[in-house]
This record gives sequence, C-alpha cells and structure tokens, in this order.
Amino acid sequence: MSLLSFRAFHHLTRALGRSVRFCALAGLVVLALAPSVHAEPVDDALAAFAADGFDDTQKGIDILVSSGHDSAEAILAALSAGKLMVRNDDKALFIEGKAGAFTDARTGASASVDAAKLKVVRLNNRLRRSVQAALGAVTLQAPSPARRIAAARAVQRSRDPAALPAVDAALARETDNGARAALQTARAAIIVAAKDAPEAERIAAVELIAAEANPDAAALLRSVQADAPQALRTAAEEGIAGIERSLAFWNAMQNVTYGISLGSVLLLAAIGLAITFGVMGVINMAHGEMVMIGAYTTYVVQDLIRDHAPQLFGSSLFFAIPLAFLVSGAVGVAIERGVIRFLYGRPLETLLATWGISLILQQAVRTIFGPSNREVGTPDWMSGAFQLGGLSLTYNRVAIVIFAMLVFAALLLVLKKTTLGLQVRAVTQNRRMASSMGIRTDFVDAMTFGLGSGVAGIAGVALSQIDNVSPNLGQGYIIDSFMVVVFGGVGNLWGTLVGALTLGVANKFLEPYAGAVLGKIILLVAIILFIQKRPRGLFALKGRAVEA
Amino acid sequence: MLTVKLIDRYGAVFIAVLAAAAVIVPFCNLAIEPGSAFHIPDYLLPLIGKYLCFALLAISIDLIWGYCGILSLGHGAFFALGGYAMGMYLMRQIGPRGVYGHPILPDFMVFLNFQDLPWFWLGFDSFLFAMVMVLLVPGVLAFVFGWFAFRSRVTGVYLSIITQAMTFALMLAFFRNDMGFGGNNGLTDFKDILGFSVQAGETRAVLFALSAAALGLGYLLCRYVVTSKLGKVLVAVRDAESRTRFLGYRVENYKLAVFVLSAMLAGLAGALYVPQVGIINPSEFAPANSIEAVIWVAVGGRGTLVGAALGALVVNVGKSWFTGAIPEFWLFALGALFVVVTLFLPKGILGTLQDYLGHPKAAKPAPEPDGAAVAHPAE
Repeated sequence: MSLLSFRAFHHLTRALGRSVRFCALAGLVVLALAPSVHAEPVDDALAAFAADGFDDTQKGIDILVSSGHDSAEAILAALSAGKLMVRNDDKALFIEGKAGAFTDARTGASASVDAAKLKVVRLNNRLRRSVQAALGAVTLQAPSPARRIAAARAVQRSRDPAALPAVDAALARETDNGARAALQTARAAIIVAAKDAPEAERIAAVELIAAEANPDAAALLRSVQADAPQALRTAAEEGIAGIERSLAFWNAMQNVTYGISLGSVLLLAAIGLAITFGVMGVINMAHGEMVMIGAYTTYVVQDLIRDHAPQLFGSSLFFAIPLAFLVSGAVGVAIERGVIRFLYGRPLETLLATWGISLILQQAVRTIFGPSNREVGTPDWMSGAFQLGGLSLTYNRVAIVIFAMLVFAALLLVLKKTTLGLQVRAVTQNRRMASSMGIRTDFVDAMTFGLGSGVAGIAGVALSQIDNVSPNLGQGYIIDSFMVVVFGGVGNLWGTLVGALTLGVANKFLEPYAGAVLGKIILLVAIILFIQKRPRGLFALKGRAVEA
Repeated sequence: MLTVKLIDRYGAVFIAVLAAAAVIVPFCNLAIEPGSAFHIPDYLLPLIGKYLCFALLAISIDLIWGYCGILSLGHGAFFALGGYAMGMYLMRQIGPRGVYGHPILPDFMVFLNFQDLPWFWLGFDSFLFAMVMVLLVPGVLAFVFGWFAFRSRVTGVYLSIITQAMTFALMLAFFRNDMGFGGNNGLTDFKDILGFSVQAGETRAVLFALSAAALGLGYLLCRYVVTSKLGKVLVAVRDAESRTRFLGYRVENYKLAVFVLSAMLAGLAGALYVPQVGIINPSEFAPANSIEAVIWVAVGGRGTLVGAALGALVVNVGKSWFTGAIPEFWLFALGALFVVVTLFLPKGILGTLQDYLGHPKAAKPAPEPDGAAVAHPAE
C-alpha cells in the first residue's frame, strides 16, 4: 500500500517538475539577456538546493542556468559529481574539492568545515539528465571557444529539446566560426529529433547534419523514426548514403596513410639492406642487429642527456642520428673486415656467418643492457596528433615518413654524386676492372658495408620511437626487410622504395579484412609466389651482369 | 669414383654405433638398477632420443644442401609439420580423459568454443592415417613449394630467403588460435600411443630404438640416393647447374625429387620427436630453429651425411651443457660456432677428418654452387 502511494506521488512530482523545467528553460533566452528581477538569483538557487527535495533541486538548476552566474558551472559540475554538500545546521552549501578540502559554493572561497555535518545534495536519474543538459547550456556561454564547441557537441549528443532555447541564445551571441558551426549542428540535431518542428526546417537540419561526415552524424540521421514524414525520411536516407560514401573515402585514405607510414618504416629498415645485399650482394643476416644497435645508441644518448643536460632532451634525436650512424657503421666495418671479406663469392656461408654474428650481438646487448625493454622517450614536438580533413595523423608517424624519404634521398645522392658512390657502382659492376683502374676495392667494400650498416643504425633511431627497444628488435624486421629488397629488385634503390611502400599499403588494406596476422601471412605467401614469377624482383637489373 | 660402396668406412661405424645404442641405451635405462655406474637415468633417455631425431633432420638437410646445393632455411617447417601430424594423433588418443572430459574434442578446442572437430582433424584417430600424413603433409608442401621455386629457377640465397619466409608464415599461422592447432600452446598432455602410455619407461625405450632405427634407415636411404646415378646428377647440379641443364638433364625434376624426399625425412624426424618430448608448439617453426639445424650440418661436414648426424649430436650436447651450466653464454658460443665453422672449418669436422686421413671416397663439397653467380653479378 505504502509502495503504491509512493509511486503515485513520484509520478505527480515528475509531471510537476517537467512543467516547471519547461517554463524555466523556455524563458531562458529572456532571462539570460534581460537583467534578472531578483537581486541575486544564485541565492535562490542555492536555497533550493539546500532544501534537497528533488523538485527543489530541479528548480535550483533552472534558476542557476537562467542566472548565467559565473559560479553556475562550478556548482552544477559539483552537483553532477555528487560533490555539492549542504550543512545540516545553517543550510549553507559547500563544494568538496580534492583531499577533503571544501570551498564555499556561493563565493568560491575555501572554507574549513566539519565534514561530519555535511550531506550530499541528492540526485535521481531524471535530475542527472537535467543537470547534464544544464551544464551543457551553461558551458555554451563559456569564455573559451574550445569549451563552447565541446558543450555544443555534448548538446548534439544528448539531443535534448529542452536545450534548444539555450542553443539559440548562444547562437545569437556566437562570434567564433568553429563554435558557430558546432552550435548549428547541435541545433540541427535537436530539430531533427523534434517531432513538433516544421517539416521544412527538419529537412534543412538533416542536410546540415549530412554535411558533417562522421559516424555520429550518420547515427543521428539513422535515428529519424519510421513514422517521420516521407520527405524527411528520404532526405535522411540520402544524407546517410552521402556520409557513408564520404566515410568510406576517408577510411581508404586513412588506410593509405597507415600504409605509407608502415611502408616508410619498412623502407628505413630495408634501405641499408638494399646496399649491402642489393649493391654488394652480401647477405647480412645481422642487419636487424645493426638497427637494434642504432636504437640502443638512442637510448644511451637520451640517458646521458637526461643526466647531464636535460634542457637538450627535445633535440636528443638529432644527437642520436649521427652517433647511431657512426656506431652501427663502425660495427659494420668491423664485421666486414673481420668476417665477410673472407667469404666473398660464398653467399650461403656469408649468410650463416652473419647469422652467427647476429646471435652474438643480440646476446651482447642482452648482457650489457638486460633482456627487458628500454625506455626511449619521445620529444614533445613529436608527440600528439592533428586532423587533416577526415584523417587523424600522429606527429611521430609523419616525422618518420619524412625522415625515411630524407634518408632515401641522401643515400641516392651519395651513390650517384659522390666519389665513393661512383667507386661503389664501379666495383659492383666489374670488380676486376675497377681494381685495374686503381680503385681500392677492399676499402670500397668496407666503406659500402659500413654505409649500409650505418643507415640501418639511423633506422634504429626512428624505430626506437615506435617500437620496443629490446635485444629482439632487429629480429622482427629482418624477414620483412629481405622481403622488401627481394620484392623490389636487388641492386636498385628505387625498387626498394616502391617495394616498401607497396608492401606497407597492401598490408594495411588487408588488415581490416583478414586481421593483422593473417594479412601478413597472405602477404608473405604472395611475395613467395611473386618471386617465382619474377625471380629478380620488381625492378630487375637487366643485361649480362645478372647472368654471370 | 664411379662405383661407390653403399656403406663406406664411416657409414659402417655409424650404423654399428646406432645399432649398439638402440640396444644398449634402453637396456641400461630399464634393466640396470639406479645407482649403478652403467645406469642411464630416465631423463636422459628421451634427451638422447631427441638428439637422434635432430640427427635425422640434419641428414635430411645434408641430402639437399651437401649434395644438391639447396640451402633450405625452412626445414624446421617440415619437421614441425610431421610433429603436428603425430601430435594430432596423440591428441585424439586422449579421448574423454582431457580436463574438460569432452568425448571427441581436445581440451584446447573446448576451451576455444569449437563446436565440431575441424575437417582436417578427421582421420587422425587412426595411427596408420596419421603416419601417412606425417610423410604426406611435408611431402606435399615441399612438392608444391619446390614445383614453383625450381621451375622458375629460384636458386641460391633467394631460395634460402623464401624458404625462411615460408616457415615464418607457417609459424604466424600456427600461432593463431582459430587455425585449430592449439595456438601458442600447441599440442601437449599426451596420454598414450597405440595403447601404451607415453610416460612409461618401456614405451620410451621403444621410441628410442625406433628413432635410432629411423636414423639408420634414413641414412641408408640417403646414402643409396647419393651413391646412385641420381646422386651423381645431384652433385652435378650442385657444382654446375647450368651446365647440367645444357647436357639435357631436367634439373628442376631432380631437385624437386630430392627436396620432397628430404622434407619427408624431416617430417618423420618431427613425428618421432613429439612423443619423446611430449609437446609440439608453433615455436618449432621459428626461422632460428631451421638455421640452427643448418649449422649442425655445417659443423659436422656438409656432403658427408654421417657428419651431419655427428654435427647435430655435438651441437645439441653442447647446447644442453651450456644452457644448464652457463645459459647466458650459449648464444655467444652458438654465434661463434657459426662464424668459426664457416671461416676455418668449411668442410666441418668429418670433412676435415677425411682430409686428414686421406679418405678418397666421400663426395667432396664444392667450393660454391651457382649461388655465387647471383651474389656477385660481375665476376
């Protein structure tokens, strides 16, 4: 019996609350613009909150919104979070801050109060929705455009018809273009959902929303009910189709950018190999370890900078790049002079010996630095992301793409325009003839191998930004790198570039359909089949040199 | 040189040692009381059995590398496929005794919400079928792979790299749970084989003897191949592929035949390996494993067959000792082994021994097959 009566009472209060709220919000425009009739409406609102009945609270919220008072947002936020407290004896209101500190809700001044005497202003689900809408309405008037845009988006998601007057009021005042667009979309979202709005206005709203190509907008248009007028439904369907086309386009573009990003990582890892394997014909299975050494050099450089010159941390990578080149290059020269030069003309033995070297280097790094991942920091200017059309790009990925292209261009220049490059090409084409012309082939071999290894070291600096720096870092790239070089065509840097980007993009387009692992498997099988068809790769060297 | 005995001096010693081991090792394990100096402890029996399987794998690699110049860096894939075929039979033998007690599905399938047995698991409850698969699956893969590769004349390091890509792709595939091969954990918790418990000492003794027998027979088969006319053609392909082709031999067919045979032997080795170690998982496909198997052959001496088995034994005993005594130095030792053997012992232990003893009848490893031409275009 008592339960029944409580329910009836609840319904009654709810109906009452709704009408009160409607009146208050409908009058909001007038109230917000015209000077308030009360001396201090905030006091009325606070008094209502202090009464702590659900209807009183609703009334308080409405008054607070219409007051446009500076502290309205803080009070509403506190109310929403359950941090608005009322003191039992004098009905004064306080906001609970961090670690038990309190501020006076009226003045915002910090206050020392006995927490035991405080009681939270209660909310129910209806009030919670109401507070959210009110917060949205209040923040629509926030001073910073970014906050206003966020508020408009919140209103757009809630589609609460009660917020319409507040949105209109804000629109009338809005000067910032971005915020204005956001407000218009929010307004359109409300109107599309409002059954009582004129049909023409609703269709115009649908078109406005359809211009925003994002999944939120599509979801909004999908919510147009089946009982809506025919013209409105057609407009909504067209809008959805348009959005989907646009989304599919941006999705494909996003895949392309991911693919280019992965492709440039592959390019960085493979380009050193393109020199040692492609130009010299040496199978260097320790190539991945050169990359790893580059990454560890970055770690050491950052560690030193952190200890001795923390202000330089932002530019740590610029120190790491030449150092990584030198360290990896020196290791490469040592390997060439120590082992590989005895094995020229025996590629299978070279393969085994360099594999052995890779095991030694891995274990050496594991012994020195430990088996766990090392933390390599990202400079501030490389973290974060930005939007370009419908694309979201992170700065570090963009930096790596640019860096890969720079390294590629530099390498091309070295091979085409420098004396060393000339000698390298001469030795590659005809070793004995080059030797007769007075080129020190031994020296050229060592330098070429050092160059290839050094470039691998530079790749390590870049990879340290996106991958775990561990002794196994190189292992993950060695098979991919070989695939790129073999696919692109041995002895041809352009082939490596095309190969890397093709594999990267193909991989990213396969991933949504096949999953990451299966996509990779498909790609490996495809390359294996491709090599059967064109055993010398995409851009094969032609002529007598190949056959030998 | 035209008539080479099927069993030469080293072969005779090898067969004799194997036959002796097949009898003596299980005997010393089962019949001699623990505590006696001649007792072989329980843990050692499957360990030596494992070495025998590795030796068979090494011989299969030597057959194609030492005699035909095909350096496969993916032979671990054939080994693992044979192992998986055996593992699937052993899984089916568990029946309703699994943790979940499902009458048909192995535990991992119940765990991964499989409703029915995938089609490729059908038939593996029969031992005979499984044994056929042990040879057939690696054989078919090798045939398809070799058919494409040898016909389009992919040779030398290119072949090595794509075999490596093949085993890498298989490893990724077998790591996937929805492939239906147990994902990362692979196949394990075997109960019995042909009705005998895999844990029982007697079963292990029999498996050991079978491994020794398989190694011996595998050796004889390879030896038969390399001493036959086919073997002469293979050596010719290794030393001068183009010249052999111009003489009218269908080089790709010879290569394909020997590659498939080698893959089947590797599969057999894997099948014997699994019940002795009690587990098979995708890490067996890791490219590093395949390369490690190649170094066994290089250490023992390529192109000698017996040397390959010897190399597998030496390196693996070394590995067991190192990883027990000073684990952090094992990779240094293994890496150094790769470098030292290629630089200073190109003929391996047995090849060097043969040179030293002046033994004339072993096929001499050539300085380098055609791969040289690929790598140094201009020379």
